Amino acid sequence: MTRIVIVGGGTGGTVLANRLVEDLDSEVEAGEVEVTLVNDSPDHVYKPTYLYVPFGKKTVEDAVRPLADLVDRRVDLEINRVVGIDTDAKTIELQDGRDRLSYDHLVLATGAKLVPDEVPGLVEGGHHFYGPDGAEELRDALAEFEGGHLVLSVVGVPHMCPAAPVEFTLMADEWFRQRGIRDEVDITYTYPIMRLHGLEPVSDWMEPRFAERDIHTETFFNAEEVDPEAGVIRSMEGEELDYDLLVAIPPHAGDDLVTGSGLGDDGWVAVDRHTLEAEHAEDVYAMGDAADVPTSKAGSVAHYEADVVADRIASEVRGQLPTATFDGKTVCFIEAGMDEATFVEFDYEHTPELRDESRPVHWAKLAYNETYWLTARGLL
Amino acid sequence: MSEQLTADVTIDARGAGCPGPLMDLIGKVKKADSGTVFELQTSDRGSVTDVPEWVEKAGHELLETVEHDDYWSIYVEKA
Ligand SMILES: Cc1cc2nc3c(=O)[nH]c(=O)nc-3n(C[C@H](O)[C@H](O)[C@H](O)COP(=O)(O)OP(=O)(O)OC[C@H]3O[C@@H](n4cnc5c(N)ncnc54)[C@H](O)[C@@H]3O)c2cc1C
Repeated sequence: MTRIVIVGGGTGGTVLANRLVEDLDSEVEAGEVEVTLVNDSPDHVYKPTYLYVPFGKKTVEDAVRPLADLVDRRVDLEINRVVGIDTDAKTIELQDGRDRLSYDHLVLATGAKLVPDEVPGLVEGGHHFYGPDGAEELRDALAEFEGGHLVLSVVGVPHMCPAAPVEFTLMADEWFRQRGIRDEVDITYTYPIMRLHGLEPVSDWMEPRFAERDIHTETFFNAEEVDPEAGVIRSMEGEELDYDLLVAIPPHAGDDLVTGSGLGDDGWVAVDRHTLEAEHAEDVYAMGDAADVPTSKAGSVAHYEADVVADRIASEVRGQLPTATFDGKTVCFIEAGMDEATFVEFDYEHTPELRDESRPVHWAKLAYNETYWLTARGLL
Repeated sequence: MSEQLTADVTIDARGAGCPGPLMDLIGKVKKADSGTVFELQTSDRGSVTDVPEWVEKAGHELLETVEHDDYWSIYVEKA
């Protein structure tokens, strides 16, 4: 009996579990292979929904479905939190109930978590739309906001969805226009490096659009502290910005499991960027936001990586040499306002080219968000 | 002389494209004590100009840039 254990039932882990039982159909039916998906909550969350919550276009409930509805019945679903990994004994430790589970192949798809408290004052002074509570609080704060200085600060790098801060800023601009209060609002967007976005073509696309819409920008701005009393955000580079409403992309971290089990120094699992095999242990893969590959922390990446990991593990189970590899393929939609969007597609070898935004692409993004649930089930 | 420079923290960002190496450096510098010396290993040519630009703006000290066969080591001391 070969045991495959996947930790994390988000975008990557769910697609992978469904794909594996499909690929190894006869082995699973014959009882030779068991696929176990461990997730710390009975719910599956589709985080891209949160972008729309502050503007009242979606609710946080729209982002959630029971994991059991998305996972093939042949997958053994374990709702539990993994608190330790012993890569020598090839076991994982669970928080309650069963205390250990052994594996022949382990995949970490534990995603990224938010650690806003790494920046003093940010929890008290800042808003965000990266989680359910934050998104709802920001919705209320935006609804009450009648004017003043809105600062969107990209504090955490790397962070989930490199498009989201750009999208939020352009959507906020248009939302204020639609409400007739844009003249009362100053918007400033800050980014840690010398341009507006990590990807140069995206930055080049943003520049004229931000200028046209009167969105101020500050580059080389790495937020160091927030003073909620004074309404000020200060950077490591010595700049200060006054704000009335601060929306921050908080710092991110991987799960403590990763560091605790020696799989990566700063919370992200060190992997070979093509095979996705962990560098510091045998028979361990990592994928999605948890893996330290030089591309974006995006659902599309988790999805493409799931295909690769499924292929590789299926080959290994059958005693064949795995040959599938990940080429860094990433696709992200970018909302350019409330009803137009563009998208980027790139990989390790190619940088993206951006087209002008259009309505059909905006509708394609919304349609994708709806069909996502079929994607997670492995039907698309 | 590069032989005499020893870093407290080495960041291997070889293979990562721009701006990965600079972001890696910023992330680590943020969390370190002042006086910490970093060696950023990067194979991205852009880092050779981007990193010094950021170091100057943020008020840290650029100690040295050493060119190896297929990568650069950029030494930075946190102010
Ligand atoms: C506001 C926002 C907008 C976004 N928009 C887009 C977009 O438009 N397009 C796009 O491609 N991506 C987008 N993303 C990014 C995308 O959501 C993530 O990249 C994607 O969810 C990563 O998938 P994952 O499987 O790696 O992790 P996740 O989907 O985060 O899943 C990780 C799972 O692991 C579980 N887990 C963690 N630790 C443990 C443990 N120790 N034991 C058990 N279970 C554990 C978690 O509970 C979770 O269920 C967005 C993200 C945000 C926040």
